Amino acid sequence: MLAYALRRLFLAVPLLIGITFVSFLVIHLAPGDPAEMQTGDVPAEAKRAYEQLRKEFGLDQPLPVQYWNWLKRLVRLDFGKSFAPHGRPVLTMIGERLPITLLLNVVEMLIIVALAVPIGVLSATRQYSTFDKVTTVFVFIGFATPDFWLALLLMILFGIQLGWLPISGLRSMNWEYMSFWQQQWDFLSHLALPILVATFGGLAGFSRYMRQSMLEVIRQDYIQSARAKGLAERVVVGKHALRNALLPIVTILGLSLPGLIGGSVIVEWIFAIPGMGQLMVQAAFERDYPVLMGNLVIVSTLTLFANLAADLAYSLVDPRIRVSRRRR
Amino acid sequence: MRGFWKAFKRNKLAVVGGIVVACLALLAVLAPAISPWDPNRPDVRKILDPPSSRHPFGTDQLGRDVLSRMLYGSQVSLAVGFVSVGIAATIGILLGSAAGYHGGVIDAAIMRLVDLMLVFPRFFLLLAVLAFLKPSIWTIMAVIGLTGWMGVARLVRAEFLALKEREFVMWSQSTGASAFRIIWRHILPNAMAPVLVAMTLGIPAAILTESGLSFLGLGVQPPRATWGNILNEGKDAIELAWWLSVYPGVAILITVLAYNLLGEGIRDALDPRLRQAAGRVVSRGR
Repeated sequence: MLAYALRRLFLAVPLLIGITFVSFLVIHLAPGDPAEMQTGDVPAEAKRAYEQLRKEFGLDQPLPVQYWNWLKRLVRLDFGKSFAPHGRPVLTMIGERLPITLLLNVVEMLIIVALAVPIGVLSATRQYSTFDKVTTVFVFIGFATPDFWLALLLMILFGIQLGWLPISGLRSMNWEYMSFWQQQWDFLSHLALPILVATFGGLAGFSRYMRQSMLEVIRQDYIQSARAKGLAERVVVGKHALRNALLPIVTILGLSLPGLIGGSVIVEWIFAIPGMGQLMVQAAFERDYPVLMGNLVIVSTLTLFANLAADLAYSLVDPRIRVSRRRR
Repeated sequence: MRGFWKAFKRNKLAVVGGIVVACLALLAVLAPAISPWDPNRPDVRKILDPPSSRHPFGTDQLGRDVLSRMLYGSQVSLAVGFVSVGIAATIGILLGSAAGYHGGVIDAAIMRLVDLMLVFPRFFLLLAVLAFLKPSIWTIMAVIGLTGWMGVARLVRAEFLALKEREFVMWSQSTGASAFRIIWRHILPNAMAPVLVAMTLGIPAAILTESGLSFLGLGVQPPRATWGNILNEGKDAIELAWWLSVYPGVAILITVLAYNLLGEGIRDALDPRLRQAAGRVVSRGR
């Protein structure tokens, strides 16, 4: 096991370097230039200011040199400073926002798994029943619904028509004057709609995976023999089948992580939640490229390690993997 | 081919999906002829008018007819869907067949590139690229295509690995045919079925991505109407004009649903075995 873990960790190193390379490349190969934005309108003045800015950011140097310098700073966890007027260090900005995005995604994931597993099991064991058909319709609708549109509809319904839930930010204006429990409740009610939106699409996918996986397991010989032994159906499904059907879900959870995190871009933007996604959109509008590159590197590195953790978890529960995946 | 038609026609939902897809394409092509109003003509006397018989879907902040804007917007969705999937499929097929046919170092390098691209949450990558590009429908198509080829590459590689051991490939190798010819004439045609399915299912995904980007304001720019940027305007007027937020979303929902149903239907009709191979989750649960 340890050998397998070490080998996977070792294989992650080239991917890490690849992440920095792609993050650097996508931003520096684009025709636009971060210095362009910051200069004024007077042609001669602008040209001089532009050259000066380029020098200041090191943009006048050849790309490989720039990449190497950036890499040297990255190793020391120096992500540079934001181009925004406040000029704060990128790492500090990300540090403030990462917990919120992580919280959202973890809660989202827990809800999805908690709901998708029973839904998938039920619709697999009762294939073609009314329940199965209803969830199938739900799955197709879930896949086709743009998350930002769902967010708009829920904002209109719960935020404006009914006035039950806040539709933006994480805290009410009078937060400071609330008691401790009121504050907790206020925080939760601000999270309700974003989490609902973020869960919706993912739930459709996972309940489908779960159903598919369960359907395959149920047809296996060992399930037949468990039945033949005279075990109660509850034990056959709940123990023998479920455990095996859950295996692929572990991997899929890891693989779908970029999708979930990517989804938080739109959700955070709509609901004005100060997380990584909102930071990314703001940075894109302001062409704040230290922030863009820092965000890309951090988010994809996190995804890489989450995938790694999912793989290790998988190999822990299914020892066959450690042996048969040698080909990679 | 006849077997395919028979199997496909039996699947009612897929047929409905196909008809809806055809109608949507027709609406997009005919948009200039059937739009009741000029989609870009503002009218200060009709700002944010609710739906009426003159403006079935109401008007927006500038008094423009929402129905007409949506009809023109469907052109954008359709074009982005097809072109970006075309780009993604081309890259995916080229890299996937190179990896699958040659194996070894080439295979390892290409598959590591695929792994690498899959580590990036797509929206983050798209935003980083779009920040420095002039937003237009062409850049949107390009970036969606360039960030969406990995699935096709994996699919094609897997097909190639299975096919290159078959006798007909061995035979043409023994006759001294060039690698290019073997890939192009012998293996690829046999590997196209799952690729076509992946492409059909890729179109709605691209449409969703484009509308998301346009909704954020980083996609196709106004005054050119797209479903995404109408919804973006809807967000600003959310307390005044529900119709701006509702109708374009319904259009996206119906479009994506129809393409998904069609894609699933094609997959099941081509080969039930592909349900797993195509690597998608949605399947007709009948």
